[in-house]
Order: sequence, then structure tokens, then C-alpha cells
Amino acid sequence: MIEIKNLHKSYEMGSSSLHVLKGIDFSVADGELVAIMGSSGSGKSTLLNILGMLDNSDQGTYDLDKIRIANMDEKKAANYRNKFLGFVFQSFNLINYKNALENVALPLYYQGISRKERQVIALNYLGKVGLKDWSSHLPSELSGGQKQRVAIARALASNPKVLLADEPTGALDSKTSMEVMALIQKINNEGKTILVVTHEQDIAEMCKRIVLLKDGVIVEDKKVKQNIIKNV
Amino acid sequence: MFNIERWTEIFQSIQKNKLRTALSGMTVSLGILIFIILFGLGEGLKNSYSDLFLNNANNVIYIYPGKTTKPYGGFKTNRRIELKNADIDALKQEFSSSIEYVNPSLFVSEPISYGLESFTFEISAVSPSNQLIEKHVLMKGRYINEKDIKEKNKVVTIGRLVARDIFKGDDPIGKFINLGSRSFKIVGVFQDTSGDTEENKLIIPYTTRQQILKGTDVVGTVGITFDQSWSGSQAVKLSDNIKSFLKKRKSVDPTDPSGIRIRNVADEIDRSLQFANALQIIVTFVGIGTLIAGIIGISNIMVFIVKERTKELGIRKALGAEPNEIIKMILTESIFITAISGFLGMVIGIIILNSLDSSALQEYFITRAGVDLNIAFSATIILIIFGVIAGYIPAKRAAQIKPIVALRDE
Repeated sequence: MIEIKNLHKSYEMGSSSLHVLKGIDFSVADGELVAIMGSSGSGKSTLLNILGMLDNSDQGTYDLDKIRIANMDEKKAANYRNKFLGFVFQSFNLINYKNALENVALPLYYQGISRKERQVIALNYLGKVGLKDWSSHLPSELSGGQKQRVAIARALASNPKVLLADEPTGALDSKTSMEVMALIQKINNEGKTILVVTHEQDIAEMCKRIVLLKDGVIVEDKKVKQNIIKNV
Repeated sequence: MFNIERWTEIFQSIQKNKLRTALSGMTVSLGILIFIILFGLGEGLKNSYSDLFLNNANNVIYIYPGKTTKPYGGFKTNRRIELKNADIDALKQEFSSSIEYVNPSLFVSEPISYGLESFTFEISAVSPSNQLIEKHVLMKGRYINEKDIKEKNKVVTIGRLVARDIFKGDDPIGKFINLGSRSFKIVGVFQDTSGDTEENKLIIPYTTRQQILKGTDVVGTVGITFDQSWSGSQAVKLSDNIKSFLKKRKSVDPTDPSGIRIRNVADEIDRSLQFANALQIIVTFVGIGTLIAGIIGISNIMVFIVKERTKELGIRKALGAEPNEIIKMILTESIFITAISGFLGMVIGIIILNSLDSSALQEYFITRAGVDLNIAFSATIILIIFGVIAGYIPAKRAAQIKPIVALRDE
């Protein structure tokens, strides 16, 4: 599903440049649940942003579902993001003046799906994350866990090939973190490829594979026995 | 361009962000409102001015003969120049293509009496064209005519106030009145809208007066009219030509400021018009200034709006919004808000202008305060266009920033 070869990325910081990713080789197969770990500054978020076409690489190749992602203009990147990728952010990034249903329906709007159809699909996904009854609530009326579940429903709504989650539990307490991870596991079990960036060991252990990043290179890449969450 | 889905998105954004919408809408409304009111009051100021000075407009040139102040052509200085009937005829002939009427006049100072009573009124010995030049309106009988001029008849047309004072309601037509030692027959009564001065006059044929003055052919002031549609500069040229023609004919030094003097009403009007134009320029500047202030206001608010929405735009981009879609969304929203509130401001401004107490305004030298609808519309449209431009620049920038940067924005 994802194939990365010799990926480099630097940030210009005034006169000096910060080399964040120093040659990443990495591939993800269909249906995997991968945790990308590392301390802050290890380059894990940068890697996710490049994977999510939210940022460009300087060097190296990136293939997503056998499509070469390189030097795309914004318009094309927007279309690819819309079709292939779903995002879950640490800070949820819901649009505050739209209710839960409208937030979930937004990616469908950019696919040109009609309003009626959007609402049906969005409601279906809200049901999937257990928030059918909260569809008319604004983000400000939802708890952190609920917000993240709305964000997950939104990421799923466009039926992407890959779900990218950047510290999805970073802003949540441990109980809600469990709920959210249980949801991610459930979605993964249904066949969706998911990448989770985290710096928490226990969250990483809920995935099927852990990739450890340090100073811009992969130092460890191992399959783990998944810690499956029950009874939440 | 019309896309129901986008409009639904936009209406939601407008509806859910009432403060933002109100703020930007108010900037536009206020800008156009202040423009309309200031411009309207400025127009009122201009109207007052034109009413005061320009309605007395007249296409008349007056010629005043006087004393020379320079020796010329063998004549000594301080010579009294007298215009004669022959000069008038020569003038008529020379300028036949450009002048309409010539009205020679003589100043008359004679005691006036009717029966046993005596009165003091001004007497003008003139030609029939005096009626047209002074805009005398006949109430009764007739004005002095060409036949009177030719036959030197002792007839008089009197002003309304003269008739009232002397005849106290009786019909003056056909009665005889004494001007000096001679008896004149009253043939008509006139009125004049410009005021009492003219209505206190008695009008007699200038030739009759010349005959009384022992057959003199001298005339005093001469009034000349020309085509009403002429511009001020044409009129000035004509009066210059008349002046040099007469100076040559009467052997007056061309550089002599006295001798033959000319007063050109059109020239005075021209100067008044210049002042009116200066007023117009001031009014226009005030208008443009207000518009610019409005445009700056909109630009600020648009920059603020886009800044405030940076994160939302980042989310939209992450979810698959194309840069063009972002620009279209912001622009359509800003056009919609500026158009609605712009026209609202325009309508409110016009309503306020029209409801202002006109008599109260009169005290401030403002008459018929109002704004031309074309100007109001143009100003509103200019403001909308600039609102769009002002919205486009930050929208384009927002559409170009990477979603990751926008998402980081707090």
C-alpha cells in the first residue's frame, strides 16, 4: 500500500538547515496497523505529513497504492488527499461552527456528492463511531473523546485507502484514549490500513507493528503481538 | 459560477459566524452610507450656491462711456466720451451676426406728478428690448414699442409698484402722468420677479427723451444681448471685440482703462462657475476620501477574516479542498456580504438624506441635499469591486499556504 525509498526532508531555519528525515526506507502492506514511535524531534510527525501529502519531501520516492506521489500541484494533491487519505489529528481539527454531522460530511462535499447523499453517508459513519445521537451537536458541546470519534468518522467518510492518525490520543485521558484506540482497532479489523504516530508505548502496543524513529532514521521495525482492547 | 452546494456552504458560514458577518457588513454599509450623506450634503451646498448666483444669469454686455485717462489721436486726456445714435447703428451693423438686441438708455431725472401729487421714481429712457433684457413681464396694456421709438411718442410703461402708489387700484392705462413739464400717456404696467427695484421704474422711449433734450443724439449706457447658449469665453471675446471697435471709433487709446468700459455679465457668471466647480471638486474629494476609507476598512476586515479562518482553511485543504475552491468560497462570501450590505448602506443613506429637514439644512447653506442615483450605484459597485480585490489577495495567500502550516495555526 505504501512504499517509501530513501526519503529526505530538511527544514530551512534561517541560515542553517535542519535535516529531519535522513533516508527513510519503509513500506506498509494492505490492512496493517502501524505505530510510528519516537521522541519529539525524531521526525515522526514530519514523516506522517509527507505520507499525508500535507508536506513535500526533498529527496526520495513515495508510492501510494502504486501511484507515484511526487511534485504534485496543490490541486492534484488535494484530490489525492480527498480520495486516498483520511486524517485524524491530535487537536481534532473539527470546524467549530459545523455540527458533528456537517463535519463528517465535509470531505464528501469536496468529492462533489449531493447534500442529501452526504448526510446519509455521514450519519452512517457517525453511527459507526457510536455518535448517531450527537449528530446535531457542535464540537464545543462534545467531550474530547467524542470530538476525536467525530474526527475519525470524518476521516473514514470518504472511504480512504489509508488512515493517518497523528497522536490521536495526545489530548485525551487514558480512559477515552482506550475508547479511541478500540475504535481504531475495530476499523483496522475491518480491513483499513492505519498509521498511528504516537510517543506512548502502551498506545503503540495496541498496534500490530511498531516502527521506531530516532534522529531522522528508522532504528527499529518490528511486528508485535497486538494488545487488543476489550470491554470499553 | 452558480453552484448550489457552494452557496449552501457559504450561507452556513455566514449564518454561523454572525459577528464576523456583521462586522464586515457594517464596514461596507457605513462606508457607503457616509459617502452618500457627505456627497449629498456637498451637492446641497453646491445647489445653494448656484441658486444664489447663477440664476441671475444673463447674456448681457453693458457698455459705459466715461472720461479718457490717456491722450490719444490728438485728443487731450480727460475727454468725455459720448455714444451717439450713429455709434449704436454702427455697432449693430458691425456685430449683426453675433448680437441679438441693443438697448441704449438714458438716465432721466425729472419730477413726477399726477394730479396734484408728486412722486419720486426712477425713470429709464430705453428701447423696447429693455423688456427682454430686464425680463419685465407685462401685466396690462403694452410695453413701449419700435413705433414709439420711431415716432418719439410720449408714452410710458410703468412698474407694478408705481401703478399701486400713484393710482391706488384705479386702472392706470390711458391716464396721463407728468414727467417734468411734459405729459406722458400710460400704455402698460409690468412686473418683475427679481424685486422691487425694477417695479419702481417708469419706462419711456429713449428717442422721446433725446427729443426732449433738444434733439440730442447722445445715449448713455448701452446694453447688448447675445445668444444665450454662448459660453463665457465666447462672450468675453465678443465684449473685447466691441470694446476695441468702439475705442477705435471714438479715438480712445486701446490701453486706456477708462473711456469705454464694459461689464460682461457672462464673464462674472464664468467666475461664479469657477467657484461652483471648486466646490464640486471639494465635494468629489470628500467623496473619494470616504470611499478610500471604506475600501481600507474592507481590506482590513478581509485580511482579518482570512487570518481568522486560516485553520479552518487548512482543515478544508487536508480534507481535499482544492486551492481554487478555497478562493471561490472566500470570494463568493465576501462579494455576497459586500453587495448586500453595500446596497443596504446606499438605501439607508438615501433615506436619511431625503428625510433630513430641508428648512433646518437651509440654515447651513444646503439646498436640496441629494445624490445622483448613478453616483450612488457607481460608488457602491466600486466599493464591492474593491471588497473583492481586498478579499482576493488574502484568499489567494491562504489557498497557497500548505495545509500543515495552516493546521498549526492556533
